[in-house]
Amino acid sequence: MSAPSGDEVQDLRLVNLVKSFGDFTAVDELTLTIPAGSFFALLGPSGCGKTTTLRMVAGLEAPTSGQIMLGSTDITDEKPYRRHVNTVFQSYALFPHLDIFENVAFGLRRRGIKDVAGPVNQMLELVELGPMARRKPAQLSGGQQQRVAVARALINQPGVLLLDEPLGALDLKLRRQMQIELKRIQTEVGTTFVHVTHDQEEAMTMADTVAVMNKGRIEQMGPPVEIYDLPKTAFVANFLGQSNGVVGAVQGRSGDDLIVGGPGGSYNVPAARSTRQEGEILLGVRPEKLSIATGGSTSSVPDRHNRATGKVTDASFTGVSTQYLVMTTWGDEWTVFEQNRSVDLLHPGDEVVIHWAPEHTFGLDVPAGQ
Amino acid sequence: MKWLRKNLIAIIGILVLVYLFVPIAVVAILSFNEPAGKFNVAWNQFSLEAWQNLCGVPGVCQSFLTSIEIGVLATLAGTILGTMIAFALVRYRFRGRSTTNLLIFLPMATPEVVLGSSLLALFLNLAFPLGFWTVTIAHIMFIISFVVVTVKARLQGMDPRLEEAARDLYADPQATFRYVTFPLVLPGILGAALLGFSLSFDDYIISAFNAGTLVTFPIFIWGAAQRGIPVQVNALATLVFVLSLLVVLGAQFTNHRRRRKLESAV
Repeated sequence: MSAPSGDEVQDLRLVNLVKSFGDFTAVDELTLTIPAGSFFALLGPSGCGKTTTLRMVAGLEAPTSGQIMLGSTDITDEKPYRRHVNTVFQSYALFPHLDIFENVAFGLRRRGIKDVAGPVNQMLELVELGPMARRKPAQLSGGQQQRVAVARALINQPGVLLLDEPLGALDLKLRRQMQIELKRIQTEVGTTFVHVTHDQEEAMTMADTVAVMNKGRIEQMGPPVEIYDLPKTAFVANFLGQSNGVVGAVQGRSGDDLIVGGPGGSYNVPAARSTRQEGEILLGVRPEKLSIATGGSTSSVPDRHNRATGKVTDASFTGVSTQYLVMTTWGDEWTVFEQNRSVDLLHPGDEVVIHWAPEHTFGLDVPAGQ
Repeated sequence: MKWLRKNLIAIIGILVLVYLFVPIAVVAILSFNEPAGKFNVAWNQFSLEAWQNLCGVPGVCQSFLTSIEIGVLATLAGTILGTMIAFALVRYRFRGRSTTNLLIFLPMATPEVVLGSSLLALFLNLAFPLGFWTVTIAHIMFIISFVVVTVKARLQGMDPRLEEAARDLYADPQATFRYVTFPLVLPGILGAALLGFSLSFDDYIISAFNAGTLVTFPIFIWGAAQRGIPVQVNALATLVFVLSLLVVLGAQFTNHRRRRKLESAV
């Protein structure tokens, strides 16, 4: 068994990791380094291979090929009970016949540690479940069970803590609470957290680094702000938040900007924010980056802004903001988020000009079939 | 009328309970009887004779102990074998697995008369002396079926993630079995064992075919019934009933106390 060591830097490295089930490739040549101490999120739709990746790191699934390294040790073929990695399961998988104390003590006892009371109580304090020590899992609420699952894994001071959709079974309010809670625990203990989720908001709220997975591959990886601001593929642009897009062709340059001709006019996008510099590109912009101008106020639209005209088809008031759907002149439906700074709302049927700054635009390869 | 409608379920429930318990009560009451003739069927006079002299009738206690011995032995063997078969059937994929699944059901589906006579034919052909061991072997056979079915259901209902969690938490395969799988399946195994014991204890048909000169408790009662069942049989039966009742009540009480303690602790 690899000894737990607090000093050694234990980056988790996946090298050309492949997992196939028959003809289906769940994880495809995945290469990835997760720095020690980081909160890392694997984000993707169901079936994208994120849970399979996690299970291979835990040792519950054997890779078809490739390597898994923890620090300088190759743990690819190490038995799950011999690798210093612990998992918080999706359904928690608490042992129903053991009380909370024994659930948390399980890992320590299996490693032959005699004096478990101190660490277990300390861990139960950390997750604020001290008084529940002698209860059975079935007597706890979902949120409490979730915290037991975290405590049971963390007490072993693993090199990496794997979390498989840990908040999936909780209701929205509790999920928000637990996101903050998990982030607090991670900061407190400093363990590497690898968090698998299909909830983009959850991934962005909690993680230092988000890797967006699709069809067994990583589409893009980076700090949430970075990949949200500048997605590199259409999949990322649509999976991580919402975006509006229009396909056009590069017509030339003006300073650092590409000039792209599309339906409804020409648009500027900084060349540095485009994955392609010529030919067809997909221009994208986030709904909250858009401003709406009507009738008389169209003259106040800054000259340098990209603009598109259209007609409001739907307005839904959500309190802090209003979400408009606008049908553009070329027949696409765009989403616009407007802060409710004034009480004058637009109504379906209103003619509007949508405009946005070029530096909020991103250019992507046009995905096949579009 | 309104009162009746409101309490109908309770009334029906009580009637069903009465239906279930009247026969047992009759057996118990008649154990304190001193029958007028040979047959203990009508109340005559209160007497503690049968209770004070439980083994007073030749052979009754001997047959009672024989049945318990066979029951314990067959239950032990049947439970161990049945549990292992259940694990094999649920956990492993092998040739003939579905056939085995089907065959395991056969002893339960076959009429006991057929089973008993076929076994007798088998033992006679093998020139195996009839007696204690032939009855035990026959009982093991049908207990296995019940154990396999019960334990299999329990195993299939178990969340596979629990064992994964154990492996993830440094439990090697032996430790996973000992600390997670086995404790979780244990209630199923115990239930199967209790069922097996009671099936063995009161089996008459299969035992009668294969007993030779051996007399089990059911065989004794059957024989005695021709001449008049001694009151001791009622006393022994009542004793068995009271003992099992105490076991059940004891389990309920401990559960209840544990829960109470938990609730007051928080």
